Order: sequence, then C-alpha cells, then structure tokens
Amino acid sequence: MKTLEELKAIRDKMKGQVEIREEDAGSIRIVVGMATCGIAAGARPVLTRLSDIVQEKALGNVTVVQTGCIGLCQYEPIVEVHAAGGDKTTYVMVTPEKAEEIIDMHIIKGQVASKYTIESAKLG
Amino acid sequence: MYRSHVLVCGGTGCTSSGSAKIIDALQREIDKNGLGGEVQVVKTGCFGLCALGPVMVVYPEGSFYSMVKEEDVAEIVSEHLLKGRIVTRLLYSETVTEEGIKSINDTNFYKKQKRIALRNCGIINPESIDEYIGTDGYAALGKVLTEMSPDEVIQTILDSGLRGRGGGGFPTGLKWKLARNLVPDADQKYVCCNADEGDPGAFMDRSVLEGDPHALIEAMAIAGYAIGATKGYIYVRAEYPIAVKRLKIAIDQAREYNLLGDDIFGTGFNFDLYIRLGSGAFVCGEETALMTSIEGNRGEPNPRPPFPAEKGLYGKPTILNNVETYANIPRIILNGAEWLSSIGTEKSKGTKVFALAGKVNNTGLVEVPMGTTLREIVEEIGGGIPGGKKFKAAQTGGPSGGCIPAEHFDIPIDYDNLISIGSMMGSGGLIVMDEDNCMVDIAKFFLDLTVDESCGKCTPCRIGTKRLLEILEKIISGNGTLADIDKMEELCYHIKANSLCGLGQSAPNPVISTLKYFRDEYLAHINEKRCPAGVCKSLLTYEILPDKCIGCTACAKVCPTNAITGKVKETHVINQNKCIKCGACMAKCKFKAIIKK
Repeated sequence: MKTLEELKAIRDKMKGQVEIREEDAGSIRIVVGMATCGIAAGARPVLTRLSDIVQEKALGNVTVVQTGCIGLCQYEPIVEVHAAGGDKTTYVMVTPEKAEEIIDMHIIKGQVASKYTIESAKLG
Repeated sequence: MYRSHVLVCGGTGCTSSGSAKIIDALQREIDKNGLGGEVQVVKTGCFGLCALGPVMVVYPEGSFYSMVKEEDVAEIVSEHLLKGRIVTRLLYSETVTEEGIKSINDTNFYKKQKRIALRNCGIINPESIDEYIGTDGYAALGKVLTEMSPDEVIQTILDSGLRGRGGGGFPTGLKWKLARNLVPDADQKYVCCNADEGDPGAFMDRSVLEGDPHALIEAMAIAGYAIGATKGYIYVRAEYPIAVKRLKIAIDQAREYNLLGDDIFGTGFNFDLYIRLGSGAFVCGEETALMTSIEGNRGEPNPRPPFPAEKGLYGKPTILNNVETYANIPRIILNGAEWLSSIGTEKSKGTKVFALAGKVNNTGLVEVPMGTTLREIVEEIGGGIPGGKKFKAAQTGGPSGGCIPAEHFDIPIDYDNLISIGSMMGSGGLIVMDEDNCMVDIAKFFLDLTVDESCGKCTPCRIGTKRLLEILEKIISGNGTLADIDKMEELCYHIKANSLCGLGQSAPNPVISTLKYFRDEYLAHINEKRCPAGVCKSLLTYEILPDKCIGCTACAKVCPTNAITGKVKETHVINQNKCIKCGACMAKCKFKAIIKK
C-alpha cells in the first residue's frame, strides 16, 4: 500500500461489514418475517438479497433484521420498513426482485413502493 | 456479504471459560443449517464483562448472550440465526425487562462507560487488519504523515491533556516534546511500549493487545514520526501468550500492507516494530529497568537523570508509554485535541480503564471518564457487593497504591485526587474489599509481592521492605507491640525517600494508607490480639456453642486434624492445640453451632 486512496478503498469496503456491529447503526430498520410460514413462502432469499444490497450500496443508516411470525401468514414473505420517525410500511409477498425495487424506491428515492404494500394487496 | 455477525469473546477470560469450543460449535451448527454464507462468526477481544463469560453478541439485533455453554449453541443457531427468535433464556439477565429487551449499552455495566482505549475490543476481529481499517484504522497515521508536521502532532497531544495511563500520569505530549528536542543531532531514537503489565489484577493492557493490536502499532508509528524515531520496541510479558500471538500477526499484516517498513504511504517515513518478551519481573515495568532488559541485560533500574528522553535505550533518546496511553493516540489525531480535553476533569483528561476485581458483582474491565466517583464504579457499574456486605475500602494502584476507605467513596477519581488521599492511579487495578477483608493482611499481601520483586540493587528497597514485612508478620501473628507501629512509620519514610526507583519509592504505600485509615485494625491486632475481620489465623479461634450443638458428628468427620471430639448426640469440643483453623467444620455445621472469634 502506497497511497491514502488504497487505504480508503479498504476502509470503504470494510465499513459496511463492521458498521452492522454498532448499536443503533441504522435509523431505518428493515424487518423480515422469518418464522416457519415466512421461510416456507421464501423469505430466506429475500432476507439475504436485502442485506446484500444494503451492504453493496453502503446504506450505512439501514439495518436488516429478522423477526418471528407477523401474523398474516397468507401474505408472507412480509417485509416491514420502519422509517426513522417511526412510520411503518408493510410490504407483502415479497420476492428478491421486488426487494431490490423496494430498496431502490423506498430507501434510496424515498417513495413508498405502493404497488407491493399490504394495502394494495388487500384492495387487489 | 453477511447479514448477521456473531461476535464471540476470544480474550483470555472467556478463552479460559471455554469460548474456543463455543466458536467451533457455532461454526458447525451454522454450516449444518446452511447459513454459512449469511452469518459470520468473529472472534473478538475482551468485552469487559469477564464475570459472565463466555459472552457473545449477535448483530444486527445486538443480543447479548452470557455464560453460553456448548450445548446452548444449537438452540441459538436454530432459533435466533435461522428463525429470528431471540433466545431470551440465555440473554444477559439485565437486558431482559418487562418492556422488552434493552440494549447492552443501557445496562448498568455499560451505560456509564465511555470507551476510547477499548473502543474496538469486542467489536472487531483483532487478527484482521481489514476490519481495523474499516473502523478508520490507520487513517490517523495517514493524516499525520501527509497533513501534519511532527511539531503539530506533539502540540495536538499536548493540547489534549493526555497523561500517561501506566502509573505516574506524566503528560504524554511533554514526554514526546522532550524526546524530539533534547538531543537535536541524535542519529537514532526509539519508541518503546511498556506492555509488561505487572500489577496484580490489572489486565487492561492485555485486553487492548488481544482485542485491538493494530491501534498500538498505529500509535507507535505516529509517535515515531513525532519524535523522529525509525524503530520501536514493544516489551510484553511472556505470560500473555494470546496477546503476543495476536501482536505478531498484527505486525506481520502491517508490514505486508507497508504500514510498517520503509517509505510508508510514499512519504519517505520509515518505521518498524520489534517485540521483546519480558520474563515476569515486576521491576521491569520501571522505565530504566525495562530498557536495560530490552538491551539484553539483567532488569535493574538506573538512577535518573539522565531521563530516557535524553539518554534511553542504547543511550539514545527514547520515549516509553504504556499500551493504554498509546490506544488513545489515533482517536485524538482523528477527533482533535479538544475532543479529548472535553472529557474528564480539569487536570485529568479523557478516560481511564479500571480492572474491577474483588468483592464486587460485575468483575471485569470498565472504561469511564476521569472524575467518575468510586461509588458509581462500585455500586452502579460493578453492581454492588455480593451478599449484601458493607463496602470497606478499595485498593487502587496495585502494590504502589493505597486503600481508599468508605469515607472517600464519593471522591471523583482522577490522578490528583487519588494522590491527595494517599493512593494513586497506577495502571488501574481496582480491588473492592468488604467487611471480611483484614486491612493488615492486605498490606502484607502487597508487601509480600514487593519483597519478592525487589531487584536488590539498592539497600532501602532490598532490606527495608523485608524488615517492614517482618514487622507486619509479627503483628499478624499476635506478637506485635505499639512500638512496632512507630518503627514501621519510620521505616516507610526512609524507604520512600531513599529507594532508587519507583518500585521502592512506592512500596510502603499500602502500609502507609492502611495505617492512616485503618489504624484501629492494627491496634486490635496488637492490643486485643484480635483480628476484627476474622482473617488472620493466629488470632482466631473456632468454638462450638454447647446450646446449639446436637452432636451430629459432621464436624468431627470433616476435621482434617482430628481436633474435634465428642460422642454422638453430645456436645462436641475443639482441641485448640490441634486446630489448624481451616474453617471446614464451620462450613459443614448445619446448625450454626460453630463460631469464629
């Protein structure tokens, strides 16, 4: 290593890895239902895709966590996005592809991806 | 990319309570459940809560599991890591509340702590230089080499108010400044690190070496740049095998990345580090003895002046700081001098790590801002004294320090306050004592150590401490006289005034401070031939209360010297000539019929 840039490159690569270990690392929490119903409906690939994207895009203020059964088993896999202010958006029947879209729309651009929310699922 | 990190303590404390097996079992269960690509197991340094080991934390939830057993691992993996259900039963009990699970940082043990020197311990894998870099590691070295002059670095350390964490509390910046300027035409200078942590019970330096070795390497390179040195030595105890191993790995990694070696960051600055192992001589924590030992000679101190800043290792200008002091340096460079000087008291800036031991519920390592009171450390962070016993005293500073009695429980702890009440900061050992501790016995314990460890070079220390110990033994055996107290006080004065190095100069401190605050205990030993705490065996007798003894014979059976006689269902008696005062009978008696006085 000869330059500060090389040091910075390693730091940026590792930061996403190490930051997960800070308490309250993210002001936004993405919660994935990972009970038997969720896993059966395919929540595991959704969870891994979500955490991959968060780390790839270095979204330092976002934490991906798992939870138990949310209680709406027919809508699994369920992903909840808890915003910094406490607002909660519930996405249902999420696939890894939809997860990517949700991150892109909701987390990066700040718009709720309304076509995947529980409200639109109920209406539809 | 891992979605979850399981951090398991790999410090000495948790390693001895079996964390290596936990790590193996975790990896096995994780692979079995097909989570290998999602969950990362990281062996870290010490979390500080050694009493609850082995400990582990699961992120991102931050669930703190304590006293984990190998057979619990399968449940943690299948429930928590696979299904996301936290295993409440195994959590550190204080984090489980009626309102839900609270963060480890909100528990009494952690909430008053402020971690600067220990910031990465228990957070990163100490054997991975990349993880250290991920927490802004080596950024401070990059900053000083590319943006700051050596004088600016020294000024920053001076302005921060950082003082040596190893004992004396000498201003670190001033030490560096002297080493830079005293001998302008020196062809070689040295940066040394004192990692020969010898105070009984203190292990903060070990914890930094084991948990964050790169912080030390980075800081020593910064010091090298500041004073104009190209070589550094780390003098570490051979009794710290895990620390030595991780330090070696860290130095190799730093060399590989060219963060040690020639032309660091392409700036033309050269610096390299070498490890020297100490063989457990307490006197080698004294700076001149340490340097003599690095040179390959018998570890004995030399008179000062000349001070090491002028004539140190191999006769060249040298600085010597301890591990905890160095661990503060990178953060001061990155955050600025004002950041550190905003923490702490007027003359003691920043934080201090204490090794909390003795009669306290949460034993372990705690890092608190200077000026935290002893009461906060013992009662809040330490969780109080077990068994509802009363606080009697706290011993700080190891064999060079003194005892702080209950009347000073609310004193804000910093360098100057401790000296004003007859103790000292030392390296940060803090031993809590309750009503069952005999203060004369405590003084003898520390003096035993200094007598053993005195190198013998100067007479006051070699012979003076030995005579002092003999008087203490005389008092403890019940043969002391009031004149002995006067003799001890005079002897203490002369040892302090005439010894060659810090070991002898501070050796009488435990005696002086216990004489000052607990003179009544000395007097009880001398006048009444009685040990108030019931510790000193020569002054104790065990007796059987006839009205409580039912003649069950349990005591007679357990007595190792057959000192107890009596028939079944009749009162037993102890033959005082045979009794060795082991206390086994008292522990065995179910009827509280045996008393100690």
